[in-house]
Amino acid sequence: MSITVRLQSDIFDPGAETNAFLTAHTKAGAAVTFTGLVRSDPTNPITSLTLEHYPPVAQAQLEEFANRAIARFGLLKATVIHRYGKMLPNEPIVQVMTLAPHRNAAFEGAQFIMDFLKTDAPFWKKETSPTGENWVDAKIQDDTTKLRWE
Amino acid sequence: MKILYFAWLRERLNRGEETVFPPASVKTIAELMDWLATKDEAIALAFEKRDLIKTALDETIVEHDTPIKNAKTIAFFPPMTGG
Repeated sequence: MSITVRLQSDIFDPGAETNAFLTAHTKAGAAVTFTGLVRSDPTNPITSLTLEHYPPVAQAQLEEFANRAIARFGLLKATVIHRYGKMLPNEPIVQVMTLAPHRNAAFEGAQFIMDFLKTDAPFWKKETSPTGENWVDAKIQDDTTKLRWE
Repeated sequence: MKILYFAWLRERLNRGEETVFPPASVKTIAELMDWLATKDEAIALAFEKRDLIKTALDETIVEHDTPIKNAKTIAFFPPMTGG
């Protein structure tokens, strides 16, 4: 059982990260990768997204969510990569990967980590568009989604 | 005690951190928020909707009614929007 949490400003290669995660593990039968991307809605396009974070708390919170997912779903391994700083449309922001004996644990573990990451890890998004800058509002829906794990 | 501000709070207050010396009568984070608001009009405005302000005490996320005790760092920030 092992977790990895990486916070970085540099862009990462989602495919290379997935391949590196899929190292041989005798008990593994399922792996799930979730990649979150910078969205630019054509009706309201953005030119860039800037992520601010509170480094020690973000690291500690993500480690806790990954450890809880491992304990709760019996995962073999969990990795979270989250970027901060400026990023462009279509670039990856976050990647969560889970390895488990069976698929349900891998799917649920990845969802569990993402649901808590959205509301309880100190990151804040600011969108830059041709018309100016805007801090993204938190969605109440993200709070209710998380409740399914209680 | 060091105070940290993040995201739109930091921008609105024009500073990411400051050092303050609250009186001994300030015992919880909520009371600290009241005290900071009396000193600074921009903070009073920013703290107007209390439920929109999240807090961390010595790098642990906590509720407003948490006692400050000997905390070294208290952070204030908006609801989180990562991922």
